[in-house]
Amino acid sequence: MSLPISITVAQKAGPKLTATALGVVLTVLVALPLLHLLPADSAMYVSAYTLTLIGKILCYCIVALALDLVWGYAGLLSLGHGLFFALGGYAMGMYLIRQSAGDGLPAFMSFLAWTELPWYWYGTSSFLWAMCLVVLAPGLLALVFGFFAFRSRIKGVYFSIMTQALTFAGMLLFFRNETGFGGNNGFTGFTRILGFDITAAGTRAVLFLATVALLVGSLYLGFKLARSKFGRVLTALRDAENRLMFCGYDPRGYKLFIWVLSAVLCGLAGALYVPQVGIINPSEMSPTNSIEAAVWVALGGRGSLIGPLLGAGLVNGMKSWFTVAFPEYWLFALGFLFIVVTLFLPKGVIGLLRRKSS
Amino acid sequence: MPTAVCRFFLFLILLLPLASHAGDAADFAAASPAKQAKLLESWAAAPDAARLPLLEALQQGRVAADSDKTPFIENAGRYQAVEGAAEPVGSPRKLRLNNRLRGLIASAMASHQLLADDPAVRLAAARHLQKSAKPAQLGLLDARVASEENQQVRDALSLALANLQLVDSNPAVRLAAVRLLGETGDPLARTRLETLLDPAVENDAGVRTAAETSLAQVKRKLLIGELLGQAFSGLSLGSILLLAALGLAITFGLLGVINMAHGEMLMLGAYSTYMVQIAFQKLAPDYLALYPLAALPVAFFVTAGVGMALERTVIRHLYGRPLETLLATWGISLILIQLVRVLFGAQNVEVANPYWLSGGIQVLPNLVLPYNRIVIIGFALFVVVLTWLLLNKTRLGLNVRAVTQNRNMAACCGVPTGRVDMLAFGLGSGIAGLGGVALSQIGNVGPDLGQSYIIDSFLVVVLGGVGQLAGSVLAAFGLGIANKILEPQIGAVLGKILILALIILFIQKRPQGLFALKGRVID
Repeated sequence: MSLPISITVAQKAGPKLTATALGVVLTVLVALPLLHLLPADSAMYVSAYTLTLIGKILCYCIVALALDLVWGYAGLLSLGHGLFFALGGYAMGMYLIRQSAGDGLPAFMSFLAWTELPWYWYGTSSFLWAMCLVVLAPGLLALVFGFFAFRSRIKGVYFSIMTQALTFAGMLLFFRNETGFGGNNGFTGFTRILGFDITAAGTRAVLFLATVALLVGSLYLGFKLARSKFGRVLTALRDAENRLMFCGYDPRGYKLFIWVLSAVLCGLAGALYVPQVGIINPSEMSPTNSIEAAVWVALGGRGSLIGPLLGAGLVNGMKSWFTVAFPEYWLFALGFLFIVVTLFLPKGVIGLLRRKSS
Repeated sequence: MPTAVCRFFLFLILLLPLASHAGDAADFAAASPAKQAKLLESWAAAPDAARLPLLEALQQGRVAADSDKTPFIENAGRYQAVEGAAEPVGSPRKLRLNNRLRGLIASAMASHQLLADDPAVRLAAARHLQKSAKPAQLGLLDARVASEENQQVRDALSLALANLQLVDSNPAVRLAAVRLLGETGDPLARTRLETLLDPAVENDAGVRTAAETSLAQVKRKLLIGELLGQAFSGLSLGSILLLAALGLAITFGLLGVINMAHGEMLMLGAYSTYMVQIAFQKLAPDYLALYPLAALPVAFFVTAGVGMALERTVIRHLYGRPLETLLATWGISLILIQLVRVLFGAQNVEVANPYWLSGGIQVLPNLVLPYNRIVIIGFALFVVVLTWLLLNKTRLGLNVRAVTQNRNMAACCGVPTGRVDMLAFGLGSGIAGLGGVALSQIGNVGPDLGQSYIIDSFLVVVLGGVGQLAGSVLAAFGLGIANKILEPQIGAVLGKILILALIILFIQKRPQGLFALKGRVID
């Protein structure tokens, strides 16, 4: 039912218009980092602040897309995607902090009077292994959790509460200094990535382009999945799991696959987020962050692929504006947004657009 | 020490006050800190009832000296000479005391209180001396053990004496002391006995073996105290979880509404308590101690009112869409938190325990049960009973259960389902408000209060099974005790994670929770 929303939007608005809009957005996104390479006094120059902010929002867009795959298509509302995002970020952060610490131990370990790296830090000075960790850490956690959760057919709100408790537990774990991930402060003060200066304009531009590439890639993957038989089974699973089972499908494998895929996408987004923003700490795992991601998806329109990106962009744009203009009122605005979206916009902004165009 | 020598020293010590009694206070005021310490030690060894007011004043920091070093005691802003009726020359300055002197004063005070008439005072003094007695007080303690009439005080004194006798030169005395120490469950006795196991410290093999058996005895007693302490804190945590989760068990279990703003109802209850406390301070300071009782109805009606208003305006439109309810109520919780932050500030507010909720009962030397926690355990059970009665013995409860089991059928039978929903939601929120009053008595009251309880409360409800009060009670106490047992073994955080893992595994076995509603409902 909701699967074809994006398709119908495209049909209703005319394929040409949608394609043009997507093309314009993509061109702007590719042009931004290039403009950042211009000299600072140029009229077209894009400041590092703007580039970082947009890069950050693009990472959030990937999270929204990943959450939409499990919530919008498979009907599993995860309130723990912040955990996967942060795990990917921490894996990247381990590599970055090893780079900036050189041959010695990272500074926070010296403060704890540790003399050697814990075993799970082994090999993190290699970029390749760090990239493997970015995929493995969230992927394996999602696999184990999902295996048990789907085996006992935990779904609906139970699933949401369990994932929320999971990210909460993760946050508590990473807050501890003894866990070996910098405790409260997390990782910060990165200087180099792959030998390049991390604050240099060129590095920023490349990281930004990588984020755009990942976003486009996951969007493409999402479209392919949604149009495939797999996507249709997922939608059926969301709408009537019992009937699907009576038709002879085993929903566990489908759920597990999309769940792990979504977690890995989140981890990749986190890994791109950390070098751009320059810090990762346990508050990224707080339940508040994960539930905020749910409202991005809800606002944009779940069950469509463009919607969540729109939602993430809108909410985060608003957040950046509010926290500068009226910091007191941001939480009020966010709270009202939650209520208004659930009461009046069950299909999100995309649903609104579709109604307008028909 | 041979008894003759001992007696001689005792005699000397008894002589001491006669020699120095000319002006204790004057001596003290004139002496240097090092001499003051010596003076205090000698006073501790030879108590004299006449010195008690001076020590009391010293302990409270009310002793001052004028420019002639004449000591005075300050009493409500006026200075009174300790000895004689002198008037202060110039303005007297308070004597400065360092921490060491304060400790010595407390110890001297204790040995003076051994002479008090009230056995309770003597007992407290003897307990103090168990920790702080110095070898110079040996003679005093010896004499007091012999003359003490009260059995309890004598036991306490002989323990204090035994502590000193551990370094006696006579092995027989040491042996007796070691055996006596085995009778206690005092954590200090353990460290003392442990040092005796070293042959370099204790050369008598008999005393060493006795120390070993005594140590085993002490350790067993300490272990019992520790286990009881863990069980009690588990019960206490369980009762808190229960108060937090009970309202949720009604709104989630009976109405199927995921109320993420439930934690904020706890917070509003705690803030209501704060407001009632302020009102009492302003209007009826004489009855301030009763404010928690007055806060109960206030918190209940405030939170129930907020809950019903939310149900009518927002949640009513979302029945049957649990995931949307979850998001909308999260939004509500954000608004409530920010509202409280704007009204009361982001800092914690101060909610003080009234006198009848502060302090505790000392059950064992290493086990104190605080009154506020005992009261909260009782209160939680009281609220459970009340809720059970309300749900099972009243018309409202009947309606609520009817709507839970079959909404359409209940509506056909004339149950006003909309009103029942509103009242049940109000009831759940009101119970959270009561929980907030209890929480305000044991923890910080701040805008984020509810956030720390919401996840735990949901786990209680999920584990207990939906729609069952008994399940929630069992789950709350089970989680509380499991938490507190795991905490000392593997740390609080790992304990929490392990419990989460256990819950996930448990739900594998029983997806409906501990107690499941029997039925053939399938979605």
